[in-house]
Amino acid sequence: MLRVFSAEWIKLRRPTLLLGTLLSVGGLVAMVTSFIFLLIDSPSGNGDRGQVITREMLALPSGLSLTFAQSAGLLGLAALCVFAAQTAQEYTYGTLRNILVRQPARMKVLAGKHLAISLFALILVSFSAIIGLGLSVLLAARVNVSTDAWFTSDAISNTTNSFLNVMFATVAYGTIGMVLGLLLRSPISAISIGVIWILIVESLLVAVRSSFGKYLPGAQLSNIGQGGSIDLSYSYSMQYSLIFLALAATITAILFKRRDVAN
Amino acid sequence: MSNEAISVKDLSKKYGDRYALSHANFQVPLGTICGFVGPNGSGKTTTIRMLLGLITPTGGSGKVLDISISQPEKYLSFIGAMIEGPAFYPALTGSQNLRVLAKTGGFSINKIQSLLELVGLGDRAGSKYKTYSLGMKQRLGIAAALLPNPKVLILDEPTNGLDPAGIQEIRELLRKLADDGITVFVSSHLLSELEMISEYLVMLREGEVIFSGKTKDLLASTQPVIKVKTEHESDLKIVLEIAQLAGHASIIRGDEIFITADEKYGSELNKSAFSRGITLSAITPLRPSLEETFFEMTNQESEGQL
Repeated sequence: MLRVFSAEWIKLRRPTLLLGTLLSVGGLVAMVTSFIFLLIDSPSGNGDRGQVITREMLALPSGLSLTFAQSAGLLGLAALCVFAAQTAQEYTYGTLRNILVRQPARMKVLAGKHLAISLFALILVSFSAIIGLGLSVLLAARVNVSTDAWFTSDAISNTTNSFLNVMFATVAYGTIGMVLGLLLRSPISAISIGVIWILIVESLLVAVRSSFGKYLPGAQLSNIGQGGSIDLSYSYSMQYSLIFLALAATITAILFKRRDVAN
Repeated sequence: MSNEAISVKDLSKKYGDRYALSHANFQVPLGTICGFVGPNGSGKTTTIRMLLGLITPTGGSGKVLDISISQPEKYLSFIGAMIEGPAFYPALTGSQNLRVLAKTGGFSINKIQSLLELVGLGDRAGSKYKTYSLGMKQRLGIAAALLPNPKVLILDEPTNGLDPAGIQEIRELLRKLADDGITVFVSSHLLSELEMISEYLVMLREGEVIFSGKTKDLLASTQPVIKVKTEHESDLKIVLEIAQLAGHASIIRGDEIFITADEKYGSELNKSAFSRGITLSAITPLRPSLEETFFEMTNQESEGQL
């Protein structure tokens, strides 16, 4: 598994992929953070779907990591795309047959690949955290948000939890991307179906009936990234996500192990 | 341990109602070059994929280096392979692509540069794969196949896209590898190339093995032909009659007659023609080439390549 991990890392550390993805997600997190602070007095809200995030909320110990946590869905989408592309491209390039000749234990291939892309996700999340937290400190002074509570032990604990939640959500989104990549064997199909489902289908279903949100994987992962909400508890989302991911990963792993490699 | 690098017994692969490979039986002796030929869709790549553990057979069995093909993890570290042409990551360099495979297989990365030099890519090691020509991609595929210091090399169409000089280099490389004790199992559309280097042959048609054995035995089993030209083209029909009356199958193609007969019949034919006032301007005994033999066995028309 470690051999596959180090081989996979040769592909992932390409400057165009690594720096390109870091700059993209860094830019997105910077945009979300800027909107939350700079639109703080906007009557149409400054958060996701018109949500209002006040100065008082931002001044809490959880305020430091709040903007970063709000970016969990975007980071997840980026991870979904990277995981799906890195997996499905092995089929489109025909390189899977080379890999399986050099490492016939297919579960080791899958595990090594997942581990390597998860490390990539960890770098993405860490970089995004630095951008989100750093920019929050810079912008807080500009819009008169008190930062006294941001440098307490409570704030450190909140920030650590947020980081772990966002990391879990990002890897989980990525795992969904990997599952789609293995099932569809085409990067374009895997990415488009994943993104359309999470961005459009889930949003439409929740708009039709908000209770649908309880059964949608994207909504659960986004909720985990934000540390839970009034509508959906953190523990429910975590349980639901773990069961969903375990089922999806098991079915896909069985298919990957048994399926002929004919391309 | 047996003397066979590859052996298959009743090996089959069925997709729906159609057999991609049906009850194949053949052996490839250790340390030889064995050509693997057959028209497109005859089951060559399916066979190779089953030998490499990429496809599960629906019937029969097979062994590579005396180990069942149901346990590919036990022998693949001794096998070099290029299946259905080269497949690499376009955005990585040639050297990086080999590093990916070396790391995956647990092989030394120190030999990558020497392998690239061996296949003539030493000066392009740092170029991205997407900038390579078809011939260069093919060479990289062969370098990748050599990464594990293989005991058996399985190559599917290794000379595709190579120019004549490149084809000759690959032929010499395969010969050298076989001389070093490596078994080479190679499929190719260039039958003349295979005829030059293969001691053994496995021939497929529509998913069935129609010949497996020594190349010289196959060529010896085919009937010899004499090609005859007459001084005057109008005499061709008379010569055709003479040959047919003597019991030899004959056919006129262009300004020549092809007679299925032993080389010795040439002098007899010459005498018979002379007695009827016909001068033969050329009598050429033809040794059937692998290509002609192949087309005869597979009932295909010759077009120079399969």
